[in-house]
Amino acid sequence: MTVTNEDVGQQARTETPSSSHSFKALSRAAFKGFIRDRATLFWTILFPLMFLVIFGLLFNDGGENKTELGVVGDGPVITALEKTGAVEITEFDSQDAALTAVQEGDVPGYVAVDGDTVTVRYAASNQASAGVINGLVDGVVNNANMQAANVQPRFTVDAQQVEDSSLEPIQYLTPGLLAWAVAMGAVFGSALTLVVWRKNQVLRRLRLAPVSPLAILSSRLTVSIGIAFVQAFVFIALALLPVFGLQLSGQWYLAVPLVALGTLAFFAIGMLVGSFSKTEESASGAANLVVLPMAFLSGSFFPIDQTPEWLQAVSMVLPMRHLNDGLSAVLVRGQGLEAILLPCGVLIAFAVVVGFIASRVFTWDDA
Amino acid sequence: MTDHPSDALVVEDIHMAYGDVRAVNGVSFSVRQGEFFGILGPNGAGKTTTLEISEGLRKPDAGSVRLLGESPWPRNVRLLPRIGVQLQASAFFEKLTAREQLETFGDLYGCPPGRAMEMLEMVGLAEKANTPDNKLSGGQRQRLSIACALVHDPDIVFLDEPTAGLDPQSRRNLWDVLREIKARGKTIIYTTHYMDEAETLCDRVAIMDHGKILALDAPAALVRDLDAATRVSLTPGILPEEEARRLPGAESVDTDEISLTITTRTPAPVLTALAERQALDGLQVRTATLEDVFLELTGREYRA
Repeated sequence: MTVTNEDVGQQARTETPSSSHSFKALSRAAFKGFIRDRATLFWTILFPLMFLVIFGLLFNDGGENKTELGVVGDGPVITALEKTGAVEITEFDSQDAALTAVQEGDVPGYVAVDGDTVTVRYAASNQASAGVINGLVDGVVNNANMQAANVQPRFTVDAQQVEDSSLEPIQYLTPGLLAWAVAMGAVFGSALTLVVWRKNQVLRRLRLAPVSPLAILSSRLTVSIGIAFVQAFVFIALALLPVFGLQLSGQWYLAVPLVALGTLAFFAIGMLVGSFSKTEESASGAANLVVLPMAFLSGSFFPIDQTPEWLQAVSMVLPMRHLNDGLSAVLVRGQGLEAILLPCGVLIAFAVVVGFIASRVFTWDDA
Repeated sequence: MTDHPSDALVVEDIHMAYGDVRAVNGVSFSVRQGEFFGILGPNGAGKTTTLEISEGLRKPDAGSVRLLGESPWPRNVRLLPRIGVQLQASAFFEKLTAREQLETFGDLYGCPPGRAMEMLEMVGLAEKANTPDNKLSGGQRQRLSIACALVHDPDIVFLDEPTAGLDPQSRRNLWDVLREIKARGKTIIYTTHYMDEAETLCDRVAIMDHGKILALDAPAALVRDLDAATRVSLTPGILPEEEARRLPGAESVDTDEISLTITTRTPAPVLTALAERQALDGLQVRTATLEDVFLELTGREYRA
């Protein structure tokens, strides 16, 4: 009996299980699990892209931001106002109607021309619009006066717009939102896998198989890094479309190590989140709690230099800030290798420290 | 307890407490190679913990375990390829088909590629090879789970309630799979709630409650030792109740609309006497079952 047992055993176990074998099998399983799960695909790929589309379209129209202005009557002053291109004109039949519209907040102010009298009324509540309206009307009326008096202006202003591509919203939105998307994918990927595998006892089952914990961890990490590269590719490809008009710098390929290390750091954070969460719901809640505020504080959705100084200082302790900085340096600012050294260092340090803590609190099962 | 060389598993005086709860409180048993060994008991009796300690998933507070001659704790990688485990949860990778699950587990043990289909055929799931795990029925999931435990052809198999929650057809179906495993010479250690099943399948059973083994023997021996009365039932009317009472060995007689029931501890003379009187219409003989043994040992009060 014993001998027969051994023989049968030998037949099935022709190869000794190797780490690379397990690694490949587990990577394949994790990859198939990912691409077949529509919900995960949506949240990791499409959802961040939606933000890129919405923010990209919303902010790229920022230059077209015009002040509304009511007008009553016509003449050279009104024509000149229209020509400035800075106001969007709404015509009213009488001053009474225009006044009501201002009082009700429909327009921030109005200009009425009656013969030589120009009347300006504005809502004091909106000081920025009031300033624009007063300034414009003053300028236009002064010009008209000088023309009427046939006076040559003594001072001339040479105003010209300077295009600064770094201020184009798509230029900071792409690296910022990409950093957020990569962080989200990595944190959710590792936290949810850990919780689900603990709940459905796959972890326990793997513990009873001749698999090294390193093979389990590295296979899932490899899949996460692969997903991050897909995210980066799709993101940049979309942002490069003429509608959004991303100008990619020549050093873009330096984003590759950043995306990989960013995934590593956030994967470790996800492991920590997953170690403390018992259910999928609490894991995704905790993951959101970590990633979303971090994204805001790190300037993923708006330029970080628009935030208060102290906040900028605080954000330096966040890994996403460094991922943002690194990505925008190499993707849009055209900086070289030296620009990613600090971000890479910080991300590695985060991965090591958080990964160590996660390994201390890790449990194979809940009981 | 003698440590026989052919013993696949030897558990000696293990204890395990979770806080104040003594889950396992001095359990000893050994399982021979090729034996089908059942651990029975009400919920919370300590069955699963005993199994987990035997598999090497937990370290007992006290006591020792020898699994195929080695200690399973701490995680003994040399031992792992020789044991197969089916856990209470199905432990499937998300979104994989039946075949992919088996291939993944097979690869972890370095099994040859054709092994997955072979296992699917053995558990009768060949036509479900490309069905994702969440589209399988309860019974199919259990069979796949057992196939995953057996994919690397282990010498000893642990199954934790493999038939729980299955309909009668699926349960019978699974029995065939379990018998097939035993026929291949595997040692099987499993837990169940179903007494009829344990009686049919197991060579020996241990009945556990409150963390202790209350009885351990072959099911038939346990039933015999119970010395319970046999109940012989007939269609009412073919034998007057008075006459039934006078049959040799009859202890008591009850009649209702459906049957006349004679209770006896010596069924042979009762049956002979009935045969002589040609009064065997609707004959049913109910002897004690493992369930009676179980209830006798663990009490009849309701367990949550």
